[in-house]
Amino acid sequence: MKASYIARSSAVASRILDGEMVIMSAVDSTLFSLNEVATVIWQAADGCTPLSEIVSLRICAEFDASPNEARADAEAFVEELARHGILLVSDCPIVGVSANASENA
Amino acid sequence: MGTTVAPAVSVSTPIGASRCGSVNVEIGGISVRLVTKDPGFCDMMEQRYTGFLNPLAQPDYEFAVHIAPPPAEAPEEDARVFRKGRVWHFERGDFRAQWDARTRQGWVRQSANPYSVDTVLRIAHSLVLADEGGFLVHAASAVRNERAFLFAGISGAGKTTMSRLAPPDATVLTDEISYVRRSGPHYRAYGTPFAGELARVGANISAPLDTLFFLVQGVVNRIEPISQIAAARELLRHTLFFAHDPELVKQVFHSAIEFVSRVNVARLIFTPDVRAWELVR
Repeated sequence: MKASYIARSSAVASRILDGEMVIMSAVDSTLFSLNEVATVIWQAADGCTPLSEIVSLRICAEFDASPNEARADAEAFVEELARHGILLVSDCPIVGVSANASENA
Repeated sequence: MGTTVAPAVSVSTPIGASRCGSVNVEIGGISVRLVTKDPGFCDMMEQRYTGFLNPLAQPDYEFAVHIAPPPAEAPEEDARVFRKGRVWHFERGDFRAQWDARTRQGWVRQSANPYSVDTVLRIAHSLVLADEGGFLVHAASAVRNERAFLFAGISGAGKTTMSRLAPPDATVLTDEISYVRRSGPHYRAYGTPFAGELARVGANISAPLDTLFFLVQGVVNRIEPISQIAAARELLRHTLFFAHDPELVKQVFHSAIEFVSRVNVARLIFTPDVRAWELVR
Protein backbone atom coordinates (compact mmCIF):
# COMPACT_ATOMS: atom_id res chain seq x y z
CA MET A 1 0.00 0.00 0.00
CA LYS A 2 1.43 3.36 -0.94
CA ALA A 3 1.63 5.91 1.86
CA SER A 4 -1.60 7.81 1.92
CA TYR A 5 -3.35 9.95 4.46
CA ILE A 6 -7.07 10.43 4.71
CA ALA A 7 -9.13 13.19 6.31
CA ARG A 8 -12.82 13.80 6.68
CA SER A 9 -14.05 16.68 4.58
CA SER A 10 -15.44 19.64 6.46
CA ALA A 11 -18.32 19.72 3.97
CA VAL A 12 -20.09 16.80 5.61
CA ALA A 13 -22.27 16.19 8.60
CA SER A 14 -22.07 12.87 10.39
CA ARG A 15 -23.78 11.20 13.31
CA ILE A 16 -23.98 7.80 14.91
CA LEU A 17 -27.55 6.57 14.56
CA ASP A 18 -28.76 3.25 15.86
CA GLY A 19 -25.15 2.10 16.10
CA GLU A 20 -24.22 3.04 12.53
CA MET A 21 -22.34 6.03 11.21
CA VAL A 22 -24.50 8.14 8.92
CA ILE A 23 -22.86 10.79 6.76
CA MET A 24 -24.41 13.45 4.59
CA SER A 25 -22.54 15.40 1.98
CA ALA A 26 -23.28 19.09 2.37
CA VAL A 27 -22.37 19.55 -1.27
CA ASP A 28 -24.88 17.27 -2.96
CA SER A 29 -26.93 16.00 0.03
CA THR A 30 -25.99 12.39 -0.66
CA LEU A 31 -26.51 10.19 2.39
CA PHE A 32 -24.19 7.34 3.33
CA SER A 33 -24.39 4.79 6.09
CA LEU A 34 -21.21 2.96 7.01
CA ASN A 35 -20.71 -0.53 8.31
CA GLU A 36 -18.64 -1.20 11.40
CA VAL A 37 -15.29 -1.45 9.64
CA ALA A 38 -15.90 1.61 7.50
CA THR A 39 -16.93 3.52 10.62
CA VAL A 40 -13.57 2.76 12.24
CA ILE A 41 -11.73 4.03 9.16
CA TRP A 42 -13.93 7.13 9.04
CA GLN A 43 -13.34 7.94 12.69
CA ALA A 44 -9.60 7.39 12.35
CA ALA A 45 -9.35 9.64 9.29
CA ASP A 46 -7.63 12.49 11.08
CA GLY A 47 -5.34 13.49 8.23
CA CYS A 48 -2.24 12.52 10.24
CA THR A 49 -2.46 8.75 10.56
CA PRO A 50 -1.42 6.85 7.43
CA LEU A 51 -4.10 4.58 6.01
CA SER A 52 -1.68 1.66 6.29
CA GLU A 53 -1.45 2.25 10.03
CA ILE A 54 -5.24 2.47 10.37
CA VAL A 55 -5.56 -0.85 8.58
CA SER A 56 -2.88 -2.67 10.54
CA LEU A 57 -3.52 -1.25 14.00
CA ARG A 58 -7.28 -0.88 13.88
CA ILE A 59 -8.88 -3.05 11.22
CA CYS A 60 -6.66 -6.14 11.36
CA ALA A 61 -6.38 -5.98 15.12
CA GLU A 62 -10.01 -5.32 15.95
CA PHE A 63 -11.74 -7.36 13.26
CA ASP A 64 -9.38 -10.30 12.88
CA ALA A 65 -9.02 -9.56 9.18
CA SER A 66 -6.15 -10.66 6.97
CA PRO A 67 -3.86 -7.77 5.98
CA ASN A 68 -4.36 -8.23 2.25
CA GLU A 69 -8.12 -8.42 2.49
CA ALA A 70 -8.36 -5.50 4.92
CA ARG A 71 -6.09 -3.35 2.77
CA ALA A 72 -8.10 -4.03 -0.37
CA ASP A 73 -11.38 -3.29 1.37
CA ALA A 74 -10.02 -0.12 2.94
CA GLU A 75 -8.68 1.17 -0.35
CA ALA A 76 -11.99 0.52 -2.07
CA PHE A 77 -13.88 2.28 0.69
CA VAL A 78 -11.54 5.26 0.67
CA GLU A 79 -11.72 5.50 -3.10
CA GLU A 80 -15.51 5.53 -3.06
CA LEU A 81 -15.86 8.18 -0.37
CA ALA A 82 -13.12 10.26 -1.99
CA ARG A 83 -15.05 10.12 -5.25
CA HIS A 84 -17.98 11.75 -3.46
CA GLY A 85 -15.69 14.35 -1.92
CA ILE A 86 -16.37 13.41 1.67
CA LEU A 87 -12.92 11.92 2.32
CA LEU A 88 -9.77 13.72 1.32
CA VAL A 89 -6.77 11.64 0.27
CA SER A 90 -3.18 12.81 0.04
CA ASP A 91 0.29 11.31 -0.05
CA CYS A 92 1.32 13.66 2.75
CA PRO A 93 -0.39 14.56 6.06
CA ILE A 94 -3.50 16.71 5.72
CA VAL A 95 -3.62 19.51 8.24
CA GLY A 96 -6.58 21.53 9.50
CA VAL A 97 -9.44 19.77 7.74
CA SER A 98 -10.96 17.22 10.04
CA ALA A 99 -11.48 19.31 13.15
CA ASN A 100 -14.92 20.39 12.03
CA ALA A 101 -15.93 16.96 10.87
CA SER A 102 -14.77 15.26 14.03
CA GLU A 103 -17.10 17.33 16.16
CA ASN A 104 -19.96 15.79 14.23
CA ALA A 105 -18.64 12.28 14.43
CA MET B 1 -50.40 48.77 11.45
CA GLY B 2 -47.05 49.55 9.95
CA THR B 3 -44.93 48.92 13.04
CA THR B 4 -41.65 47.32 12.10
CA VAL B 5 -39.87 44.69 14.14
CA ALA B 6 -36.45 46.18 13.54
CA PRO B 7 -35.54 49.81 13.13
CA ALA B 8 -33.47 49.45 9.99
CA VAL B 9 -34.07 47.71 6.72
CA SER B 10 -30.62 46.67 5.72
CA VAL B 11 -31.73 44.89 2.58
CA SER B 12 -31.92 47.29 -0.31
CA THR B 13 -35.42 47.52 -1.74
CA PRO B 14 -35.99 47.89 -5.47
CA ILE B 15 -38.68 50.48 -4.94
CA GLY B 16 -39.86 52.43 -1.94
CA ALA B 17 -42.10 50.56 0.43
CA SER B 18 -45.44 52.08 1.20
CA ARG B 19 -47.23 51.25 4.47
CA CYS B 20 -50.82 51.70 3.34
CA GLY B 21 -51.58 48.00 3.68
CA SER B 22 -50.25 45.01 5.54
CA VAL B 23 -51.28 41.51 6.44
CA ASN B 24 -49.93 39.49 9.38
CA VAL B 25 -49.76 35.82 8.44
CA GLU B 26 -49.09 33.65 11.48
CA ILE B 27 -48.09 30.04 10.87
CA GLY B 28 -46.70 27.81 13.57
CA GLY B 29 -46.78 30.70 15.99
CA ILE B 30 -44.41 32.68 13.78
CA SER B 31 -45.87 35.89 12.42
CA VAL B 32 -44.78 37.32 9.09
CA ARG B 33 -46.04 40.74 8.12
CA LEU B 34 -46.53 41.31 4.40
CA VAL B 35 -46.50 45.01 3.63
CA THR B 36 -47.76 46.31 0.30
CA LYS B 37 -49.12 49.50 -1.19
CA ASP B 38 -51.48 47.51 -3.38
CA PRO B 39 -54.89 47.24 -1.63
CA GLY B 40 -56.06 44.60 -4.08
CA PHE B 41 -53.09 42.41 -3.21
CA CYS B 42 -53.82 42.93 0.48
CA ASP B 43 -57.36 41.68 -0.06
CA MET B 44 -56.01 38.70 -1.98
CA MET B 45 -53.67 37.82 0.91
CA GLU B 46 -56.44 38.14 3.46
CA GLN B 47 -58.56 35.69 1.51
CA ARG B 48 -55.67 33.33 0.82
CA TYR B 49 -54.60 33.11 4.47
CA THR B 50 -57.98 33.16 6.16
CA GLY B 51 -57.64 31.39 9.48
CA PHE B 52 -53.95 32.26 9.71
CA LEU B 53 -54.26 36.03 10.09
CA ASN B 54 -53.35 37.66 13.35
CA PRO B 55 -53.48 41.43 12.97
CA LEU B 56 -52.61 41.93 16.62
CA ALA B 57 -49.44 39.86 16.59
CA GLN B 58 -46.08 41.54 16.89
CA PRO B 59 -44.50 40.32 13.66
CA ASP B 60 -41.41 38.17 13.89
CA TYR B 61 -40.46 38.92 10.30
CA GLU B 62 -41.53 41.38 7.65
CA PHE B 63 -41.52 41.40 3.87
CA ALA B 64 -42.28 44.45 1.74
CA VAL B 65 -44.15 43.12 -1.30
CA HIS B 66 -43.64 45.17 -4.45
CA ILE B 67 -46.14 44.44 -7.16
CA ALA B 68 -44.73 44.45 -10.68
CA PRO B 69 -46.20 43.53 -14.05
CA PRO B 70 -46.19 39.78 -14.62
CA PRO B 71 -43.22 38.49 -16.61
CA ALA B 72 -43.89 37.95 -20.29
CA GLU B 73 -43.12 34.30 -19.82
CA ALA B 74 -42.42 32.82 -16.40
CA PRO B 75 -40.43 29.66 -17.03
CA GLU B 76 -41.32 26.55 -15.06
CA GLU B 77 -38.44 26.17 -12.67
CA ASP B 78 -37.54 25.44 -9.09
CA ALA B 79 -36.83 28.30 -6.77
CA ARG B 80 -33.15 29.15 -6.36
CA VAL B 81 -32.24 29.96 -2.79
CA PHE B 82 -28.76 31.08 -1.86
CA ARG B 83 -27.00 33.24 0.66
CA LYS B 84 -24.72 36.17 0.02
CA GLY B 85 -23.23 37.28 3.29
CA ARG B 86 -26.11 37.39 5.70
CA VAL B 87 -28.75 38.03 3.07
CA TRP B 88 -30.78 35.21 1.60
CA HIS B 89 -31.84 35.48 -2.03
CA PHE B 90 -34.93 33.67 -3.30
CA GLU B 91 -35.45 33.64 -7.06
CA ARG B 92 -37.82 32.02 -9.49
CA GLY B 93 -39.20 33.09 -12.85
CA ASP B 94 -42.21 34.73 -11.20
CA PHE B 95 -40.51 36.48 -8.27
CA ARG B 96 -37.34 37.78 -6.71
CA ALA B 97 -36.87 38.25 -2.99
CA GLN B 98 -34.18 39.10 -0.50
CA TRP B 99 -34.31 38.47 3.21
CA ASP B 100 -31.98 39.33 6.04
CA ALA B 101 -32.67 36.89 8.85
CA ARG B 102 -30.78 39.07 11.32
CA THR B 103 -32.77 42.27 10.80
CA ARG B 104 -35.81 40.05 10.13
CA GLN B 105 -36.72 42.12 7.10
CA GLY B 106 -36.88 41.52 3.40
CA TRP B 107 -38.67 42.30 0.18
CA VAL B 108 -40.43 40.44 -2.59
CA ARG B 109 -40.93 41.65 -6.14
CA GLN B 110 -43.70 39.78 -7.92
CA SER B 111 -46.89 40.18 -9.86
CA ALA B 112 -50.24 40.33 -8.07
CA ASN B 113 -50.69 36.61 -7.59
CA PRO B 114 -50.94 34.51 -4.41
CA TYR B 115 -48.51 31.80 -5.45
CA SER B 116 -45.23 33.72 -5.48
CA VAL B 117 -45.51 35.06 -1.95
CA ASP B 118 -46.75 31.64 -0.81
CA THR B 119 -43.47 30.15 -2.01
CA VAL B 120 -41.54 32.94 -0.31
CA LEU B 121 -43.32 32.15 2.94
CA ARG B 122 -42.53 28.45 2.61
CA ILE B 123 -38.86 29.20 2.01
CA ALA B 124 -38.64 31.70 4.87
CA HIS B 125 -40.37 29.35 7.30
CA SER B 126 -38.13 26.45 6.27
CA LEU B 127 -35.07 28.57 7.05
CA VAL B 128 -36.46 29.77 10.38
CA LEU B 129 -37.38 26.22 11.39
CA ALA B 130 -33.96 24.86 10.40
CA ASP B 131 -32.38 27.13 12.98
CA GLU B 132 -34.43 25.58 15.78
CA GLY B 133 -34.36 21.92 14.72
CA GLY B 134 -37.76 21.88 13.04
CA PHE B 135 -38.73 21.58 9.41
CA LEU B 136 -41.39 21.68 6.74
CA VAL B 137 -42.08 18.26 5.30
CA HIS B 138 -44.15 16.95 2.40
CA ALA B 139 -46.75 15.32 4.59
CA ALA B 140 -50.38 15.51 5.47
CA SER B 141 -51.02 15.83 9.18
CA ALA B 142 -53.92 15.62 11.55
CA VAL B 143 -54.71 15.81 15.23
CA ARG B 144 -56.57 12.98 16.89
CA ASN B 145 -56.97 12.45 20.63
CA GLU B 146 -54.91 15.61 21.17
CA ARG B 147 -51.88 14.14 19.41
CA ALA B 148 -50.57 14.88 15.96
CA PHE B 149 -49.84 12.32 13.25
CA LEU B 150 -47.89 12.99 10.07
CA PHE B 151 -48.38 11.09 6.81
CA ALA B 152 -45.41 11.65 4.53
CA GLY B 153 -45.05 10.58 0.97
CA ILE B 154 -44.34 11.63 -2.54
CA SER B 155 -47.07 12.92 -4.78
CA GLY B 156 -49.62 10.14 -5.23
CA ALA B 157 -48.60 8.26 -2.07
CA GLY B 158 -51.88 9.07 -0.35
CA LYS B 159 -51.50 12.35 1.57
CA THR B 160 -54.69 13.80 0.12
CA THR B 161 -56.48 10.47 0.46
CA MET B 162 -55.66 10.20 4.17
CA SER B 163 -56.79 13.78 4.67
CA ARG B 164 -60.02 13.22 2.81
CA LEU B 165 -60.73 10.03 4.78
CA ALA B 166 -60.05 11.63 8.17
CA PRO B 167 -62.81 10.64 10.62
CA PRO B 168 -64.92 13.28 12.39
CA ASP B 169 -62.80 13.15 15.54
CA ALA B 170 -59.62 14.00 13.60
CA THR B 171 -58.72 17.54 12.58
CA VAL B 172 -56.65 17.95 9.44
CA LEU B 173 -53.69 20.30 9.84
CA THR B 174 -52.71 20.14 6.19
CA ASP B 175 -52.99 17.79 3.24
CA GLU B 176 -49.65 18.82 1.75
CA ILE B 177 -46.99 20.57 3.86
CA SER B 178 -46.62 19.79 7.54
CA TYR B 179 -45.04 22.20 9.96
CA VAL B 180 -42.90 20.73 12.74
CA ARG B 181 -41.33 22.73 15.53
CA ARG B 182 -38.96 21.47 18.17
CA SER B 183 -39.03 22.49 21.80
CA GLY B 184 -36.28 20.73 23.76
CA PRO B 185 -36.80 17.00 23.37
CA HIS B 186 -40.38 17.43 22.15
CA TYR B 187 -41.90 18.12 18.77
CA ARG B 188 -45.15 19.79 17.88
CA ALA B 189 -47.07 19.83 14.60
CA TYR B 190 -48.93 22.93 13.46
CA GLY B 191 -51.61 23.55 10.90
CA THR B 192 -50.61 25.33 7.71
CA PRO B 193 -52.40 27.18 4.93
CA PHE B 194 -50.17 25.37 2.42
CA ALA B 195 -52.79 23.28 0.66
CA GLY B 196 -52.45 20.46 -1.82
CA GLU B 197 -55.11 18.80 -3.95
CA LEU B 198 -57.81 19.41 -1.35
CA ALA B 199 -57.30 23.13 -1.96
CA ARG B 200 -58.36 23.72 1.61
CA VAL B 201 -56.29 25.43 4.26
CA GLY B 202 -55.59 23.38 7.36
CA ALA B 203 -56.87 24.05 10.84
CA ASN B 204 -54.81 26.61 12.70
CA ILE B 205 -54.15 24.46 15.74
CA SER B 206 -51.23 22.43 17.04
CA ALA B 207 -50.56 19.30 19.06
CA PRO B 208 -47.63 17.26 20.36
CA LEU B 209 -46.31 15.00 17.64
CA ASP B 210 -47.04 11.32 18.19
CA THR B 211 -45.96 9.46 15.05
CA LEU B 212 -44.59 10.10 11.60
CA PHE B 213 -45.92 7.59 9.10
CA PHE B 214 -44.45 7.04 5.67
CA LEU B 215 -47.35 6.15 3.40
CA VAL B 216 -47.32 3.06 1.24
CA GLN B 217 -50.47 1.90 -0.51
CA GLY B 218 -51.14 -1.81 -0.12
CA VAL B 219 -53.78 -4.49 0.18
CA VAL B 220 -54.03 -4.84 3.95
CA ASN B 221 -53.87 -2.01 6.47
CA ARG B 222 -50.90 -2.46 8.75
CA ILE B 223 -48.08 -0.63 10.46
CA GLU B 224 -44.53 -1.77 9.76
CA PRO B 225 -41.52 -0.77 11.83
CA ILE B 226 -38.73 1.07 10.09
CA SER B 227 -35.09 1.37 11.11
CA GLN B 228 -33.89 4.75 12.28
CA ILE B 229 -31.48 5.01 9.38
CA ALA B 230 -34.19 4.23 6.85
CA ALA B 231 -36.44 6.70 8.66
CA ALA B 232 -33.80 9.43 8.47
CA ARG B 233 -33.23 8.71 4.79
CA GLU B 234 -36.97 8.90 4.06
CA LEU B 235 -37.47 11.99 6.16
CA LEU B 236 -34.65 13.82 4.41
CA ARG B 237 -36.21 12.89 1.09
CA HIS B 238 -39.47 14.56 2.06
CA THR B 239 -38.10 17.55 3.94
CA LEU B 240 -38.38 20.88 2.16
CA PHE B 241 -35.09 22.59 1.93
CA PHE B 242 -34.72 24.88 -0.96
CA ALA B 243 -31.16 26.05 -0.50
CA HIS B 244 -28.09 24.03 -1.36
CA ASP B 245 -26.21 25.86 1.32
CA PRO B 246 -23.67 23.64 3.11
CA GLU B 247 -24.44 24.95 6.57
CA LEU B 248 -28.16 24.58 6.00
CA VAL B 249 -27.72 21.02 4.72
CA LYS B 250 -25.86 20.17 7.91
CA GLN B 251 -28.60 21.73 10.04
CA VAL B 252 -31.31 19.78 8.25
CA PHE B 253 -29.31 16.56 8.53
CA HIS B 254 -28.86 16.93 12.28
CA SER B 255 -32.53 17.88 12.68
CA ALA B 256 -33.60 14.73 10.85
CA ILE B 257 -31.32 12.52 12.95
CA GLU B 258 -32.58 14.10 16.16
CA PHE B 259 -36.17 13.71 15.06
CA VAL B 260 -36.00 10.01 14.20
CA SER B 261 -34.14 9.39 17.45
CA ARG B 262 -36.95 10.90 19.51
CA VAL B 263 -40.22 10.40 17.65
CA ASN B 264 -42.11 7.26 16.63
CA VAL B 265 -41.61 6.63 12.92
CA ALA B 266 -43.21 3.78 11.00
CA ARG B 267 -44.55 2.77 7.61
CA LEU B 268 -48.31 2.86 7.22
CA ILE B 269 -49.37 0.41 4.56
CA PHE B 270 -52.96 1.25 3.78
CA THR B 271 -55.87 0.68 1.48
CA PRO B 272 -57.60 3.88 0.45
CA ASP B 273 -60.65 3.64 2.67
CA VAL B 274 -61.61 4.84 6.14
CA ARG B 275 -60.38 1.69 7.85
CA ALA B 276 -56.79 2.93 7.53
CA TRP B 277 -57.59 5.42 10.26
CA GLU B 278 -58.32 2.57 12.68
CA LEU B 279 -54.54 2.24 13.02
CA VAL B 280 -54.04 5.94 13.74
CA ARG B 281 -54.97 6.52 17.35
